[in-house]
Amino acid sequence: MRPKTKKILFVFTTLVFMFFYIPIIILMAFSFNDSKVGTVWTGFTFKWYGSLFSNEAIINSVTNSLIIAVVTTLIATVFGTLAALAIHRYNFPGKQAINFLFYIPVVIPDIIVAVALLALYGWLDVTLGIATVFPGHVAITISYVMLVVIARMAGLDASLEEAAKDLGANEWQTFWKITFPLIFPGVLAGALLAFTISLDEFVISYFTTGPGSDTLPVLVYSMVRLGVSPEINALSTIMVLLIVIMVFATGRKMSVSK
Amino acid sequence: MIKNIRLAYSMLSPSLLWLLLFLVVPIVMVTVISFTTSEGYGGIIYEFSTHAYETAFLSSMYLKVIWNSIVWAFSATVICLLLAYPFAYFIAHAGKWKNLLILLVMIPFWTNLLVRLYAWIILLNGEGVINHFLQNIGLISEPLTLMYTPYAVILGMVYGFLPFMILPIYSSIEQLDKTYLEAAEDLGANPVKTFFTVTIPLTLPGILAGFIITFVPAVSVFVVTDLLTGSKLVMVGNVIRDAFLIEMNWQLGSALSILLMILVLLSVFIFMKFTSSKDKKFLI
Repeated sequence: MRPKTKKILFVFTTLVFMFFYIPIIILMAFSFNDSKVGTVWTGFTFKWYGSLFSNEAIINSVTNSLIIAVVTTLIATVFGTLAALAIHRYNFPGKQAINFLFYIPVVIPDIIVAVALLALYGWLDVTLGIATVFPGHVAITISYVMLVVIARMAGLDASLEEAAKDLGANEWQTFWKITFPLIFPGVLAGALLAFTISLDEFVISYFTTGPGSDTLPVLVYSMVRLGVSPEINALSTIMVLLIVIMVFATGRKMSVSK
Repeated sequence: MIKNIRLAYSMLSPSLLWLLLFLVVPIVMVTVISFTTSEGYGGIIYEFSTHAYETAFLSSMYLKVIWNSIVWAFSATVICLLLAYPFAYFIAHAGKWKNLLILLVMIPFWTNLLVRLYAWIILLNGEGVINHFLQNIGLISEPLTLMYTPYAVILGMVYGFLPFMILPIYSSIEQLDKTYLEAAEDLGANPVKTFFTVTIPLTLPGILAGFIITFVPAVSVFVVTDLLTGSKLVMVGNVIRDAFLIEMNWQLGSALSILLMILVLLSVFIFMKFTSSKDKKFLI
């Protein structure tokens, strides 16, 4: 790149970063503002954080989100990893069609998955609640786990498994002593991805949850619809800080797009 | 061999059953419902009818909503591309800073969309930061209407989905084989010509993948119009949501969902046409 091109691109990139971060920084700043209304700075306070922790609806929704995310992660990780192993190792009739099936949740808009589940629950006449949210979350995250684990397996040296078998290990021993430790980082990355997607997911939760069992994003949505309040700023600030910690802790492992 | 096939199927069956039960069957149900007769307030009579599609196609309101959704989502996607390419190009050439800069893209990428849209409400609303600032410096006397406009919708989508465009483009630029660029230079092409005849075509898969994964959520989103225009402007996602949750007109909601799905699959199909199979990895 010529120095002049580089300089222009540097300025451009800086402006885009400002576009990303200035709104978030202003949002965070106002979580420490004493005034309940408006955007006039009247003084520094932590009180909105205090009222957050005594807000039962928020505590409830965080609990619901965590329960759903943990259940989703467990199911999606086990099922997705098994599927990845099968697809990576074996050739079987219908492999193409099955591969295609795994891509459906990746390309179909979440609102379609959401209304489809609502139709299913309506037809089955089930009462909506936490238990009706996680099936949708699992359905969309299985594919991501499968794709992440498959990507990890592509770099696997097959001769290691052969060596284990030559030395007398059976299938089961080979899997637990060789294959699983090798793919474990991929499984972990897939699990983390499933957990994060589930915690962040709004549309499916919004359609498939029942009264009193809001997830955190569903609660944030209904709070934001009511208008600006410093409590939402405080809650948002905590959510952003958790993402910052997660992104820096996992580094580039999470750079798989949603 | 047979034993292996049986083992493969049994390992796949939990995922396949889950996807069938909670994804394929429900979508088939929506398709069926879209062709049934309405009994009013959520009732379904299993009698074939194309009434919902006629409503969707014959009423100028729904056509306009679909058209607006496409135009707004497409505009946002194009703006994202224009912002993302130079941005990703710079980061991919930023040497030791590369990893840190891409992490700084991951933060907005993972931050909840609702939180990020809320940040713009604080900036744009009548008593918001921007209006306050402009009034304080005396540029305007009355607050401007910044929310409640198509521009606010497009802005919200660009802000929400820009990381979706950046990441695949970044990864395609980063994986670009530098020897092609050197070859073009050796053969006498100037940097501008090299960029347009070598770099752009070789990173096209990343561009197209970015286009798809930005356009698909943008065209189907309903929270952007909800939050930045207080539902005064609507997209197809809003109409589907209202049909299912408020008006309880499941036939219309289903028909619009099917139309949205066809629209999305068509755009994915066009994308597939443009790229060879080995380049599809950027889709993930």
